[in-house]
Amino acid sequence: MFAVLRDLIRYNAEFTIGLILVGIVAIFAALSFFSPVDPTQIYLAIPDQPPSAQYWFGTNSRGQDMFWQLSAAFKNSLLFGITVAVLSRIISIAVGLAAGYLGGWVDRVLMFINDIFVAVPIFPILVLFYFVLRNHMDSFTMALIMACFGWPFDARLIRSVALGLKHREFTRHAVFAGMSTRKVLLEEHLPYVMPIVFSTFMNNMLWSIGMEVTLAVLGFTNINNPTIGTVLYWANSHSAMVVGVWWWVVIPVILIVITFVGLFLLAVSMNEYIDPRSRLRRMGA
Amino acid sequence: MQGYLWFAAKRFVQLLAVIFFGVSAMFVVTYLSPIDPVEQVLGRLSARSNLSPEAIAATRLALTEMFGTDQPVLTQYVNFWSRLLRGDLGASLMAFPTPAMELVLRALPWTLGLLLTSTAITFVVGNLAGGLAGYFQNSRLLKAFGIVTMGLQPIPYYIVAFIILIVFGYLWPVLPISGGFAMDVRPGWTLPFILSVLQHSLLPALSLVLVGLGGWFIGMRALVSNIVTEDYVTYAELAGVRRDTIVGDYVIRNALVPQVTALAMVIGGVFSGTVITEQVFNYPGMGSLLVDAVNAGDYSTVLAVCTISIAAVALAIFIVDLLHPLLDPRVRAE
Repeated sequence: MFAVLRDLIRYNAEFTIGLILVGIVAIFAALSFFSPVDPTQIYLAIPDQPPSAQYWFGTNSRGQDMFWQLSAAFKNSLLFGITVAVLSRIISIAVGLAAGYLGGWVDRVLMFINDIFVAVPIFPILVLFYFVLRNHMDSFTMALIMACFGWPFDARLIRSVALGLKHREFTRHAVFAGMSTRKVLLEEHLPYVMPIVFSTFMNNMLWSIGMEVTLAVLGFTNINNPTIGTVLYWANSHSAMVVGVWWWVVIPVILIVITFVGLFLLAVSMNEYIDPRSRLRRMGA
Repeated sequence: MQGYLWFAAKRFVQLLAVIFFGVSAMFVVTYLSPIDPVEQVLGRLSARSNLSPEAIAATRLALTEMFGTDQPVLTQYVNFWSRLLRGDLGASLMAFPTPAMELVLRALPWTLGLLLTSTAITFVVGNLAGGLAGYFQNSRLLKAFGIVTMGLQPIPYYIVAFIILIVFGYLWPVLPISGGFAMDVRPGWTLPFILSVLQHSLLPALSLVLVGLGGWFIGMRALVSNIVTEDYVTYAELAGVRRDTIVGDYVIRNALVPQVTALAMVIGGVFSGTVITEQVFNYPGMGSLLVDAVNAGDYSTVLAVCTISIAAVALAIFIVDLLHPLLDPRVRAE
């Protein structure tokens, strides 16, 4: 594991940059655990202060210190992304491995359901959920709903790998040695799909955090819970750009771009790592 | 030909399944929700005006009848479908008494136009640039293009649209940033109107294209750089086949097959992006309608927008799937 990480950092500039960018954001988000202020409270600081030594990122029109506000927002958004990614990974691994290994009608039924989930546009459904749940919609409910829609692409990817593993020698050995199907899948096949799981993990986080930003900006989430999206929502509702409180918009946007580019670079380089041909080319072999 | 018909029939079953599942999911969501649509509408109505208790009771009765919430689940479900098939989802509340369906149909052309043109531009430009970048791997121009589009690709639609809005709204105001057409133009098939529509659609389309390009570019470049190392390409080069024939007919055409499959898969996602873009640029399409309806608590319109968008996305995927065999003869033969 560490050898892999070392090689990636040494030979893959994209991975290194991605790791640094995500690391910066993760440390910034982790600072919120030591936050001296409660990010849900308003009018704790002088409103509309530009960035200064006292308020590094300025303060907004709601009297919040933007540094701690954004720190809490990024913590919540990253946790949200991780929750969605973990939950949807579980579904996609289960479906992908089972469909690939069992084949036959199980495969056909699972892939039929899979294709349906791919085709249903999630945005109107999420809006509908918000519309009927209103204030009952907290971020965990939303994570659950999004996890239910975030698995099909990756389940198909995992299935295509599992199809190849099924006819390999070691699978037959395992079956003849009397391993149960569950054990074959979890102990023999799972390690082979882990690189895909890691790479799609990043992509899924990108997708879910982006979706959360979208919904929150429209005001379709719990707007009192600080997340990346709700920070922008409040900035919009106070017309931050028009009244000249530019740091309320520009700083979050810069941080969002850093987060997304970082996660994206990690996913891309992870993808490249899965394909040994491109890895060899990069190492100069 | 028979193979193609069989393929089309299978896809059609899938289309029906998607619509059935999506719409049923919508019904379940609305049914299981802790909020009663009747009470919600009543709350909105009585908040604005002074109604007598008798009037409220009468309205409640009428609304209960309209939504049919007093009947058992199964009856409600069957009713829901029969009304849907007749294209009648009740009157909208924000533009009472205009039927919700009519509002949706009015908004649909705007969204379709924006979605189709921007997706077409994105697909063609992204794949062409990606294919050339995979073939001519040392071109500086294409490398620079790749870095820019890849940098934009992971950023959420909203942020890109928002940045464009700030750039063209505050820093360099040359293009209209809001609305579907200019105020002083009368809608109709006249030249000024069409020009005005085109001008107003530039920025929303630009934001969709910028976000979409990267994905196609990366995918196509990866596919092409694998195909280039195949024996038949080397053979064609040695045999002196013209360069553009190799790139166009031998390499890009082969690489295009998985990309068309991918096109069918991303349409749903692009639709979500369109919804946001419309909201940011105040474009009169389905997205703006959906947001307005949610904010106004307009139950019928929200349902109508969701139904139509699920059906439209499924239909678009179906059409792309039907085009697929035309590119790849192997699918036809199956």
